[in-house]
Parts: sequence; C-alpha cells; structure tokens
Amino acid sequence: MTVFGIKLPNMSSLLLWGLLWEFIGQIELTFFLPPLSAIFATLLEIGGTKAFITALKETAHAFSIGTLSAIVIGVPVGILMGKSRLIDQLLLPWVNLFLSAPLTALVPVLMVLFGFGIKAIIITTALFAIWIIVLNSRAGVMQINRSLVEMAHSFGASPFDAFTKIYFWAALPEILGGVRIGFIRAVKGVIIGQLLISIVGFGSLFELYASNFLMKHFWAVLIVLFALAFVIAEFLAYLERRVDYYASRR
Amino acid sequence: MTNPSENAVTVRNVYKNYGEVEALRDLSLDFPRGQLTSLLGPSGCGKTTLLKIIAGLIPATSGEVLVNGEVVKAPGPDRAFVFQDFALMPWASVIRNVAFGLELRGVPKSEREAIAEKYIAEVGLTGFEHSFPHELSGGMRQRVGLARALSVDAQVLLMDEPFSAVDEQTRRKFQEDLLGLVQNENKTFIFVTHSIEEAVYVSDQIAILLPRPSRVMEIIRPQGFRDKDVDHIRRDPEYLDIVDRIWASLRSYVE
Ligand SMILES: Nc1ncnc2c1ncn2[C@@H]1O[C@H](COP(=O)(O)OP(=O)(O)O)[C@@H](O)[C@H]1O
Ligand SMILES: [Mg+2]
Repeated sequence: MTVFGIKLPNMSSLLLWGLLWEFIGQIELTFFLPPLSAIFATLLEIGGTKAFITALKETAHAFSIGTLSAIVIGVPVGILMGKSRLIDQLLLPWVNLFLSAPLTALVPVLMVLFGFGIKAIIITTALFAIWIIVLNSRAGVMQINRSLVEMAHSFGASPFDAFTKIYFWAALPEILGGVRIGFIRAVKGVIIGQLLISIVGFGSLFELYASNFLMKHFWAVLIVLFALAFVIAEFLAYLERRVDYYASRR
Repeated sequence: MTNPSENAVTVRNVYKNYGEVEALRDLSLDFPRGQLTSLLGPSGCGKTTLLKIIAGLIPATSGEVLVNGEVVKAPGPDRAFVFQDFALMPWASVIRNVAFGLELRGVPKSEREAIAEKYIAEVGLTGFEHSFPHELSGGMRQRVGLARALSVDAQVLLMDEPFSAVDEQTRRKFQEDLLGLVQNENKTFIFVTHSIEEAVYVSDQIAILLPRPSRVMEIIRPQGFRDKDVDHIRRDPEYLDIVDRIWASLRSYVE
C-alpha cells in the first residue's frame, strides 16, 4: 500500500481496521464488539488459564494427527493415481465427489461412528484436508517429464526407487501446494468438529463464552485461531517458494 | 553369422508398431565393438524408437536385440543412455545427478561421489559439482548427462541426438570431444543424429534409415580420415564425398 507516495509495510492497513474497531468498541455501539484493546487484555488474562491451554493442546493434537494422516495417506495415493490409469479411474470419481461435498454434514455421522471425542475430531480434520492433497499430488505426477522416468528406469531404478527418488520430488511443488490448501481446510475441519462436538477443545470454550455472552473472551479465542491458521498457511507458502526454482523446469 | 566378440550389439529383424503406426519394419543391424555407429535419418523415422528398444526401455513388437550375445529384456548395467533433453533432476546438484546411476546401484556415497568427481572433471565441469541444473547452460547440462552415463562404466553408450539442443559452437566442441572419448574409452557408441555432417564427422559406421516404416537403407563406413587430425576432417575429400552421397540418397525423401 502506498499513501502520499510513501510505501507502507505489508498489512499496515490492518492497523487502520484495528483503530476503527477500537473506536466502535469505545463508543459502545454494540455489545457484540468490545474494544480491541479490551480483547487483547482478556487474551493475556485467559491465555494462561488451564481451560485455554487444555483447549489449545487438544486442538493442536487433533490438528497435527489429522493433517499428518491426511499427508501420509493422501500423498502416496495421489502419486499412485498419477502413475496408474487403473487406480486413477477407480478413485478419481470419489476424490472429486468428496472434494466438493459439504463435509460438515458428515460430522454427525462420524460422531455416531467414532464417539463424541477427540477421535471423531481427528477424522473430521483428516477428511477436510485429504482430498485436495490427493488431487494435487496426482496433478504433480501427471505433469512429470517422461524422460526423467525413463532415465531412472534406464539406470536400473526399482519401482520403489522411482517413487521416492523421482515421482515424489518431481511432484513436490504441487504436493506442497496441496498440503497448504489442505491445512487451511483442516483448520476448518478441526474447528467445525469441535463446535459440533462442543465438549472438547475450543468447542467447549466457545460454548461457554457464547452462552454467557462473554464477547471479549469469544473474540480473544477467535483471534488466536485466526492468527494460528494464518501463520501455518504462510509457513507452507514459504516452503512452496523454496522449491519454486525448479517448479517450472521439470 | 554375427560374432559376439566382434559386435557389442546386434539388432535382428526388429518390428515395432505403435498401435496403427508402423515405426520399424524388419530392421537388422550390427554394432561393432569399440566403435561409434550413427543412426541417421529424417525426423520421425524411428531412431529414438530403435535406441529405446536397444536400451530395453520399450519392447519390440517382434524380433530381438542382443547385447554381448544376450537377449535384451530390460535396461541393464551394460548400457547407459544419454538423453536428448538431458533428463537431469532439477532438484539435485550436478554431483548427485552424475552419481545417480551409481546411487541406484547402491554404491556408498563417498565412493560414488569420488567416481562422479572424476567424470565431472573429464567432461570439463570441475568447480560446478554443487551447482544446480538450472544454473548451467544447455551445453553444460548435456555434459552432466554425459558424465552420468560414463560414470556407470557401461560398455554400450546410447546417445539420442545429444547435441541437438546445444548451440553450434558448443556442438562442434562436443563432436571433437566425442571422438576423443571413442578413442580412449573403449566403449561401443550408438549415436542418433539427423545431421549428415555430424554423422560423417564422428562415425566409424553410419546406418542410414528410411522414413517410416524404417529399415536400414545403407551402411557407410568412412575409411581414410578417421585417423587424421580433427581439424582436417571437414576438409578431407572423402568426408565431403560421403556427405554428398548421403544427401543424394536422402534428398528424395525430403519434401
Ligand atoms: N509412444 C508413441 N506412441 C505412438 N507413436 C509413437 C510413439 N513414439 C513414437 N511414435 C511414432 O513413431 C515414429 C518414430 O518416432 P521416433 O522414434 O521418435 O522418431 P525419431 O527419433 O527418428 O524422430 C514417429 O512417427 C512417431 O510419431
Ligand atoms: Mg528422436
């Protein structure tokens, strides 16, 4: 952003919006929007409480296991789909179906299947993340330079060697792109799961704050979640840029 | 009869169809050991196809290929391929690319890097061991591809238009270096090109392929100028004669 010919640092517009928020909060226009400063004060206050730390831990736990399984299953499945027409024809309709399906509607079913606990949340998270990871890994493999595959084959690569030394690396830029979008979806999954199951993690906190009209607390938690999601997405975007140098030259 | 001690590679009655397209028809050809044989023919006549069948990368529809008397079924350590588009791994350094064939054979890292360094020096890339392919020019990239093929120490080198993607000056230097390699390395070279001058300049034997379905039309063995100094070959009367003769027989196939 440039103002009066002075280049302002990235995201300095956030400051403006923050000030506006503070102003609206100070004039007490609506109980729904407390001043930003009060929210940050509350954040510092609840940040150390046991309930908050437990919620953060449970969320981190569900999120990391959910996304990790989505990667560990999604990447190889996507690579296999890209390599084999048969596997591709078997799985692609399902992947496309789930990619666009309103997965939130499935969460109650998962709760019935896996109980009202952390397990259902992990599975919800993985379910939100995995499809785009599969699809991107598949796309990464499909654009691979054929002569790289022939090269590996001609120097005696086993199928496993070809998988780990060629296909994976050639598809890495797309895989990372898929993982980044998958993580963003997983944040949705983990929060939606917790809201619907509402007795674990931030779900229980939200429930508590919302039913008691504790708006400052509510916003404080929300800001933490937004910030975490943003940091994760930016970190993955940074990893993606690191493989950019060869993304266009395979 | 083919004598396996004389011919490193023998192609016998090879047919290759890609669905409806008949690429090779009843092609037979011998590749004498320790010599460079060129496959020369217009684009699309099946040169790459033949080379890949010899490499074991694609199967022939019928017929067989023998390397040292053994029927080819798959790629093997007795053959190494140099690719037209280099086929370097863009995420790997020069030294890892060069050592990749050895890596796949399970040679320990320090050992294979020592071998790779030797061949990197041989192709004139010392100092670029830790560069990445995108930092190199086309000519340098093909030197990496060449070093990779040399470092596995295969008896047969299969080169698919290796110099077609590099500029003319680099190409000439490559051709001279190739003559040196043929003399010093005691390997059998199978060299695909569509350039008549290049084929005559580097070859001990030139197989001229007809357009699809491809067979060998003629085999030419330059005699007189092979031992001469590289600087004089292009002015040698026999060199000029052969270039003319090949052009005369190919021109009827070129619109
Ligand atoms: N995988 C393939 N599928 C179908 N046709 C092919 C395939 N590869 C090559 N061809 C055809 O076979 C013929 C010979 O191809 P190629 O061996 O690449 O020729 P060259 O290397 O002499 O230019 C061409 O007409 C080409 O279109
Ligand atoms: Mg070709």
